[in-house]
Amino acid sequence: MSTPAPSTRTGFGRVLVFVYGVFAVAATARALVQLATDASIAPVAYSLSLFSGLVYIAATWALGSDRRRLAMATILVELTGVLVVGTLSHPDDIDKASVWSDYGNGYGFVPLVLPFVGLWWLFRLGRADRGSAGPA
Amino acid sequence: MTTVQIVLGAAALLVALWLVVLIVLDRLPGDPVFGALVVLEVGVLVQLVIGLARVFGDHADVNTAAYLGYLVGALLVLPIGFVWSAGERTRSGTAVLLVAVVVLPFLSLRLHDLWSVR
Repeated sequence: MSTPAPSTRTGFGRVLVFVYGVFAVAATARALVQLATDASIAPVAYSLSLFSGLVYIAATWALGSDRRRLAMATILVELTGVLVVGTLSHPDDIDKASVWSDYGNGYGFVPLVLPFVGLWWLFRLGRADRGSAGPA
Repeated sequence: MTTVQIVLGAAALLVALWLVVLIVLDRLPGDPVFGALVVLEVGVLVQLVIGLARVFGDHADVNTAAYLGYLVGALLVLPIGFVWSAGERTRSGTAVLLVAVVVLPFLSLRLHDLWSVR
């Protein structure tokens, strides 16, 4: 079996892209349902929810197509988003929640861990590329 | 939780454990695992049929759009995960299957939560 050239979507990246894809669908679908059924309850929170979905879509696409700069940018936005929304949100606002609320508590805190894993993966690939031999 | 969802959840956890063992031993899944995935997908289909019957039946405050979304989402997770994992015949490909299988019980839990406000 030949080893493909290292990219953001091979090896461990295969798993990462899938997890990002799951969150892209989960966050976007959640926001669309929220906005479609009762947008008036919390328009800001629901818009934020939609924004998080779009960030996950962009990150999934960037990681899936080996666009590393875009991947880095979207993951940094994602990290900022989960930290800011996590800090400002109240755990009681279940009806007004987004994926990032309460640091992603409703999703097993995966939204908090995911950007760090994404950054680690990008840095690791960057280092592997700079080494002339590359990963075995 | 319906009986189907409890059985489905337990089966998903067993298959997940199986995949973890394969990943640790660095072995690729074979036909027995693929068979187990098909069985899981059949369980998801049963969940879908029961869910559809419920949604179009008598209920008061259930968020129908969200409920349908989770039903359909659950149906798609395994096939998409399977296709995506097939492109990487390594531990990582197996880990994709693991993620897909682990997501299933969480979707069932959400369905249960959505339904229990009725």
